[in-house]
Amino acid sequence: MITMLRRPLFWLILLLAAVFAWLPLRGNNVALREDLILVAVAIVLTSNLNLMIGYTGYVNFGHIVFYGLGGYVGLYLATVRGWPLIPAALTAGVAVSLLALLFGLGILRLRGAYFALATIGVLVAVQAFVANFEPWGRSTGMYVAFESYAPMGGPRHALWTTYFLVIAVMALSLLLSLGIKASKFGLGLFAIREDEDAAIVLGVNATVYKAIIYSVSAFLPAVAGALMFFKNGMIDPSIAFEYMLSLEGIVMLMLGGSGTVAGAALGAGLYERLRSYLLTSPRLSDFHLVIAGGLLLLVIRLAPGGLIGWLYRLVPRSREVVE
Amino acid sequence: MSGILASMIDGLLIGSVYGLAAMGLSLIWGVMDVINLTHGSMIALGMFGMYLLFSAIAVNAYALLIPIIAGGFVLGIVVYWLAVNWVVDRSQLMSLLSTFAVNMMVIGIGTAIWSTSPYNVNFSLPGITVGEYTFTGNHIAAAISAVLIALLLELFLYRTRAGKAIRAVSDNREAAELMGISSTRVLMVAFAIGIALAASSGALVSTLFPFTILSGAGYQLKSFVVTVLAGLGKPLGALAAGVLLGLLEGAVSPFIAVSWIPLIEFGLFVIVLIFFPRGIFGRASA
Repeated sequence: MITMLRRPLFWLILLLAAVFAWLPLRGNNVALREDLILVAVAIVLTSNLNLMIGYTGYVNFGHIVFYGLGGYVGLYLATVRGWPLIPAALTAGVAVSLLALLFGLGILRLRGAYFALATIGVLVAVQAFVANFEPWGRSTGMYVAFESYAPMGGPRHALWTTYFLVIAVMALSLLLSLGIKASKFGLGLFAIREDEDAAIVLGVNATVYKAIIYSVSAFLPAVAGALMFFKNGMIDPSIAFEYMLSLEGIVMLMLGGSGTVAGAALGAGLYERLRSYLLTSPRLSDFHLVIAGGLLLLVIRLAPGGLIGWLYRLVPRSREVVE
Repeated sequence: MSGILASMIDGLLIGSVYGLAAMGLSLIWGVMDVINLTHGSMIALGMFGMYLLFSAIAVNAYALLIPIIAGGFVLGIVVYWLAVNWVVDRSQLMSLLSTFAVNMMVIGIGTAIWSTSPYNVNFSLPGITVGEYTFTGNHIAAAISAVLIALLLELFLYRTRAGKAIRAVSDNREAAELMGISSTRVLMVAFAIGIALAASSGALVSTLFPFTILSGAGYQLKSFVVTVLAGLGKPLGALAAGVLLGLLEGAVSPFIAVSWIPLIEFGLFVIVLIFFPRGIFGRASA
């Protein structure tokens, strides 16, 4: 824990969170807040996805499942059961993590590409389940009753509170990535990524490691999902499990540099801003997927290390600061 | 009881189309160890190819399969050079990501042109009535077409020189290269055939159900299920497994809502992968 304090990136992450919190507060800029919350969520999703793809070398195409399920559990607890937001969000995180652990023990026996295919299956299966699940409103979903915002001082205050909570989750995601990277557990994951058989021979319990990281990578996205869908006031299966968002997370990660903490944040930030620009531009809005796909193809072909990998090559000493 | 039987026969007919889609995936996977994530979008392009051709020239929709297969083959060559050739010897992560990037681009372009609203091909053949049940002509014609294409592929793979080269590269690329087979060309042809199969299965589906540009994804999932059921590199096995999946869907659909079916398929997929990693029809060596 003490060594964390000596790493520059630790302080940079705290600085980033402080800047995110402070910027929209200055002048009560609600539009900026809404932009930044999307960036923050993108960073949460991408840096947790990085734990699977970048650290462990396992592609998860269905990462958005955690976010959507977190949203459902959180919204259900907060509205139908009347729980306060924070316990509801945390419970959503724990519940989704446990479910991921259960799934993980099953599908993580599959290696490499088979696992990647199974994650597509998880997404489709969970979506099919939720769309048929009566207590969660089947395909029409659920709404947040207006009264649910009352304990938080009305909708206006509730929106600011959820914003700060999402920023906190973003900072925690990055710190989690940083902490795992330096730990013995993290080294075990890297070993699995490089050569799973060799890692097993050297005493890494690959099945347990993979199941744990799959479950850990579910926690904060689920919390973020609970917060975001509470903020948005509604949820339904098509917005909760948006396949494209799951896929764009991979683009963000590869763009920034998979396996690095800063790369996940950088890629998420840049791509999210690019996407917002494309989606609001009348001429290009239809083509944002084409551009995203082309970008991914270019990055993996020309710079498989992403922006951070490029930085490493340019300034080798930057490795010590930007992890 | 006879209701279930009718539903199962219908499932069997549709299952042969699933099998056809899976054959393409299985061929590519088996020959070059690339999991083709463009499969769903290629199936969708097959659907829209049929829609466009049929709107332009209103002949028997099943005759239009020939230009669609040819178009799929050419498209396959383009995609091979764009996204596959340079990842063949890289890690599987790379090939997953690069085919997936092409998939995003195709879906993006398709959405821009056709949006995500449903289309259908307005063509129907007279059905066959047995007692109180009618089997629509399109389902029968689609099944016959699928089986015919599958048999042609089997003939190609086992009776022609080019087909034998594909099997040789699939078994052992290095040894095949030592025998003077140009593996790049063989891989390209195998990939193009795989895409042609995907496009033709999409074209067949378009004569059965309404479709959108995103419909391919569901059939891609079915193809994965069928491919692991059959084991890799066994085209006729994939056809049989597809029929099996169709039968299963037909058998359960009278009892549960259609929207539950993906859950069942996924469960099947995981169970088969864990307990029969080489497919239920087995395979001598990986």
